[in-house]
Amino acid sequence: MIGDISASSTAAPSAYAVEGHGLVKTFGSFRAVDGIDIQVPAGSIYGVLGPNGAGKTTLLRTLLGIVDPDEGHRTLLGEAQPLRMARAVGYLPEERGLYPSMKSFEAIAFMGALRGLPLHVGRERAKAMLEGHGMGAAIDKPIRQLSKGMAQTVQLFGTIVHEPRLIVLDEPFSGLDAINQEKLEALIRQQARNGVTILFSTHVIAHAERLCERIAIVAGGRIRFEGTPGDARDRLRSQVRLRTRADDGPWRAALPADTVREEDGWHFALPDEGIEPLLRALIDGQAGIENLSIERPGLHDAFVAIAGAAVAKQMVQQDAAEEPA
Amino acid sequence: MKELWRAAFVIARRDFTAVVLSRTFILFLLGPLLPILIGFAFGGLGDKISSTDLRPVVGLALTGQDDAAIQRAHDRLSQRMGEQSLPRLRRVPATPSPRVQLARTDSEVVAILSGSIAHPVLTGKAEDLDKLQGDISLLSTAAQAERTLRFITVERQEVSRSLGAQAQGRLIIGRIAQVVMFFLTILLAGMILSNLVEEKTNKIIEILAAAVPIDAIFLGKLMAMLAMSFVGIAFWGGTAFAIFEAIGGHATRLPTPAVGWPIFLMLAVLYFGMAYTLLGSLFLGIGAQAATVREVQTLNMPITMGQMLIFFFASYAVDHMGSPAEVAACIFPFSSPFAMIARAGQDATLWPHLVALLWQAAFVALIIRVGVLLFRRHVMQSGGRWWKNLFRPATG
Repeated sequence: MIGDISASSTAAPSAYAVEGHGLVKTFGSFRAVDGIDIQVPAGSIYGVLGPNGAGKTTLLRTLLGIVDPDEGHRTLLGEAQPLRMARAVGYLPEERGLYPSMKSFEAIAFMGALRGLPLHVGRERAKAMLEGHGMGAAIDKPIRQLSKGMAQTVQLFGTIVHEPRLIVLDEPFSGLDAINQEKLEALIRQQARNGVTILFSTHVIAHAERLCERIAIVAGGRIRFEGTPGDARDRLRSQVRLRTRADDGPWRAALPADTVREEDGWHFALPDEGIEPLLRALIDGQAGIENLSIERPGLHDAFVAIAGAAVAKQMVQQDAAEEPA
Repeated sequence: MKELWRAAFVIARRDFTAVVLSRTFILFLLGPLLPILIGFAFGGLGDKISSTDLRPVVGLALTGQDDAAIQRAHDRLSQRMGEQSLPRLRRVPATPSPRVQLARTDSEVVAILSGSIAHPVLTGKAEDLDKLQGDISLLSTAAQAERTLRFITVERQEVSRSLGAQAQGRLIIGRIAQVVMFFLTILLAGMILSNLVEEKTNKIIEILAAAVPIDAIFLGKLMAMLAMSFVGIAFWGGTAFAIFEAIGGHATRLPTPAVGWPIFLMLAVLYFGMAYTLLGSLFLGIGAQAATVREVQTLNMPITMGQMLIFFFASYAVDHMGSPAEVAACIFPFSSPFAMIARAGQDATLWPHLVALLWQAAFVALIIRVGVLLFRRHVMQSGGRWWKNLFRPATG
């Protein structure tokens, strides 16, 4: 009845630390995760990006085994029952939780003990981590006496104290000031250098852009894009900004159809055939080029375009579904 | 299974130290002394009130000899039956008539006895006469008997062993054990109701659920609270024993339970553990569904009522050994520990205790499992129909 979980896996090593196929999770009639396929390469830093309410947290919770999917299957470090790999996984949930009366180092050691780390080892490591992070004075302090940022750091240390092979962080940067965000980024890079797989969710694109080797953009419970940040950026064409001395002339016919006139000049996407034919037409038409720049779109632009389009499409579909026949 | 117990032990250790090392635990230990002190204070006061104010006063308007004979009879009967069993007596004048005396505003008696011992007349209101007539008849008869009969002394014939007395003693031991166990359970198990609220309100449940099976969380919490209860019981038991010894009590004079004291005490510990974990697992399961402390508080009353019902059922069974009701109380899991400890007091057979303990343990596991599945379903919003997963391994 009350059965067994084992700490070690007999599963064959996989190229992917986390895999999910056809995952569906519904709450009532709401499909929070709607048929997601995901593969997180072992040893990579992988970001799950999405607007608020996109289904990122539910996806992570499903992958970790906190909730079971209604459909589909997942493996964590090659194991179909995620809790069997609990000792090799660290998880920082979006809603931070610590026992307020527990001392900092005890809280870290307790979180390690939950995942199989002997308590005395956890205590030693916790003290070393806190001291190394300039929080030596907080070692013996109860959590309730710590600032929010310090408490979050304690929880983060609790997530990694048992030296996991996979770290899952749900919105890890939220609530941290710029300095602590920088420290967290450094810590993530450090863990990745040690071969640890990092899977984290965020709606702040800058972190993902700096850290991630691969990303998945989630919106409306579905993955709208999966690949490298470069691939995401490549989904958008580079933007051309052009300023000319002449306002009008035959050269204007050479501008692409999606050209927009703004205060600082003309804006349009880089044509598929490249800039050279357009440049030739502008020169021949004596447009008087004052400035011409080609800007590669950032991940933020790609995110807004991909997630925004997906959300807009979903809203149209919902409206259509709700319309009376 | 080993990993499940390891995880449960981690949770239990955290909960146990959090409770036992808190300042409020001292209050918890001293808590049971308060009712005792209050009981002494109010009990003494109550005795005083009932002995001085509440007994009705009957006026005696008799001749000197009859008056003295009634007073002597009153003293003798009060000595044997207790002062509370008879009305108080007070001499009143023979004149004016009882009717006139009772009609006075300064009258301090409920009724007046006049006439003679052979023909007593009691004057008073009908409802007072209904209450007092029998007592006064008894007093008059005793007073009359003193004149006509001699006091018969009973010859003593002592025996070293009386099975009837032993049965009575064992019944009392069984009943006391049952009552003590019930009060300890009701006092301690109710605390489990709110046990998961801290984890839910502080969002810790997410960390626990990601790291260990929820079965381990439930099991760990039960283990911690049971261990804490044993600390409390050891403290209270030690204090009670010290007081018992200090006031000159001798444990050897207590009636011996049918299974003997060592086994009886061991069974008492085991049955308390079972009663506690049976109710505790149920409370934990119910409390886990509650989202707030307020919801838990609302659940307290109906649950206490349920406990009382179980106790009444089990205590009825004590006096009816071998009856269908007693067997049912032994089988029904929640009353089983209470019924079985009473049985241990009265019956020396040991094998039913082994069966009962296994039966109760199986139910603890079943209740925990159902509680876990309902928790996953309704709180974590995970998993399908709970009964489909009832016998699946606890892996998440």
